[in-house]
Amino acid sequence: MRELITTLANGQTFLANLPEVVLNIIFISLGAVVLTTVCAVLALVGVYMERKVSAHIQDRVGPMYVGGFHGWLQTAADALKLLLKEDIVPALADKKLHFFAPILVFGATLATFAVLPFGRHYVMSDMNIGILYILAISSLVVIGTILAGWASNNKWSLLGAMRSAAQVVSFEIPASLAILVIIMAVGSMNLGEIVNVQVGGIHKWLIWKFFPFNLLAFIIYFIATLAETNRAPFDLPEAESEIVAGFHTEYSGFKWAAFFLAEYANMFMVGVVGATLFLGGWSSPFGDFMNSGPFQIFWIFAKAFGLIFVQIWIRWTLPRVRVDQLMYTSWKVLTPFAFVAIIGVGFYMIL
Amino acid sequence: MEIPISYYLLLSGILFTIGVVGVLTRRNAIVVFMSIELMLNAVNLTLVAFSKQFNSLDGQIFVFFVMVVAAAEVAVGLALIVAIFRLKQTVSIDKINIMKW
Amino acid sequence: MSLFDVIFYLFAAFTLASAALMVVSKNIVHSAVGLLFSFFGVAGIYVLLAADFLAVVQVLVYVGGILILLLFGVMLTQRITSVDMRTGTLQLVPAILAVAGIFVILFRVIRTTSWNIVPEAEAQFIPTAEKIGYLLMTDFLIPFEIVSVLLLAALIGAAFIARKGT
Repeated sequence: MRELITTLANGQTFLANLPEVVLNIIFISLGAVVLTTVCAVLALVGVYMERKVSAHIQDRVGPMYVGGFHGWLQTAADALKLLLKEDIVPALADKKLHFFAPILVFGATLATFAVLPFGRHYVMSDMNIGILYILAISSLVVIGTILAGWASNNKWSLLGAMRSAAQVVSFEIPASLAILVIIMAVGSMNLGEIVNVQVGGIHKWLIWKFFPFNLLAFIIYFIATLAETNRAPFDLPEAESEIVAGFHTEYSGFKWAAFFLAEYANMFMVGVVGATLFLGGWSSPFGDFMNSGPFQIFWIFAKAFGLIFVQIWIRWTLPRVRVDQLMYTSWKVLTPFAFVAIIGVGFYMIL
Repeated sequence: MEIPISYYLLLSGILFTIGVVGVLTRRNAIVVFMSIELMLNAVNLTLVAFSKQFNSLDGQIFVFFVMVVAAAEVAVGLALIVAIFRLKQTVSIDKINIMKW
Repeated sequence: MSLFDVIFYLFAAFTLASAALMVVSKNIVHSAVGLLFSFFGVAGIYVLLAADFLAVVQVLVYVGGILILLLFGVMLTQRITSVDMRTGTLQLVPAILAVAGIFVILFRVIRTTSWNIVPEAEAQFIPTAEKIGYLLMTDFLIPFEIVSVLLLAALIGAAFIARKGT
């Protein structure tokens, strides 16, 4: 991004005449627009993928008509329909917070995209503490959820919100500990640097380093983020059979679409972070083969969507857990094992 | 950087004062708690400003410890508030004044 | 006025406005939202003060930890079934007087002290995370360990107090 700015500023374009402040503002806003679009489109792709994969797992075919080839325009049509729907706000709801909560959730999800590395040069802001930033910003989603549930003035919403908050806060701990393993192994919190040590083929991926502790950390990370994104089998906050639809029961139209998009964008974000930390990020699994420019974007998307596919697969395979089982998983299984992984990696590094 | 340190200190002073207003006037124990957090934040801001001014990281380390203590304080404090609520069905600080029961 | 100044004034105004919202608003959850914004404003000012690591930790600890805990506290101690949860104020006049006194003192101190203006080591931004980690493991190792014990004690104590039937 920086290089692009300086190249354009030094070039013979009309941009060369503008002061640097204006240039920065232009490029930051441009990047924001691009990321928003990417985020929304990816969420739509994710929804389509979910419907198709679940259909085939259940021996159906899923959407087939809209857009011709295998119903590829179905989710776009759904999104359009949602935008045209009436926006209903419950009479006794807290209007301001009811409006503000989806913005907070979607905005926080979008903000994490700013540091995701989609390629050696395709990163909006190459922050030196990128991974910590992602952890910090994603905790905002919890607050948005609580506010949404509370502002709806509906007991199912509130119950769903409290469940979601308790669940996400609990599972943040094993997820952060698993990430800590990688930070220890690399010695940097910069996502770009974490990928750089993994360039050069599948055998250099961090998941194989310090065997079996990094593998353990990856499994912990995957399960914990499954719970953090409220995916089955940890989808208690949205358990239809118990609490209607959880915190977004009272939302409709565009605001509901914002929650929905945020959920799928969050899945994608988690997939990209998992791929970046453990599976070599944008680097090609075949060494130098297909490792230039645009191929890097292809690889990171392939890895992320691979992880999303596994998430969907798990959703349609396992039944929902109970609340006590959920907390048991977090505190008595994942967290101790995460500590084992940290200590193990520590021993490896000293020896 | 053109903004002198006194501006940061002034900002932190106003923030601290707002926190004091909250502590002194609000009736709900949790809002009093939030105001205390605000005052801690104001103090942290001062420390970071001085850390920048004197080009040393000691101030930032101190802020780090303040944050840890604030987290511990909130955990214990909220546990106490919840326990009191269970006992007296209120968290209004002017109703929690008998010191024995 | 440079862009830096503009950003500083914006963040300062934002922080103060949301802090005022927190203190003034009658609804506890609105207070919590005000607090959320003012934490963010302070984090922004940390970034301006070149404390990048602390800014992120501020969001992580205050927003991700303390604020969520406070919201849980609100939900556990109020009649949450109604949106309308008002709380009153008390002793308004003496409080305002005392606060005005405090502010005047602070303001005088800030104005009259001649702050030791060292020439700036010019604004090359240096990442602080590594240095802070190094300092925590060397010069400040004992406070660091003590604080971790404090956290553990607070954790156990809070869990013990908040449990039913103790």
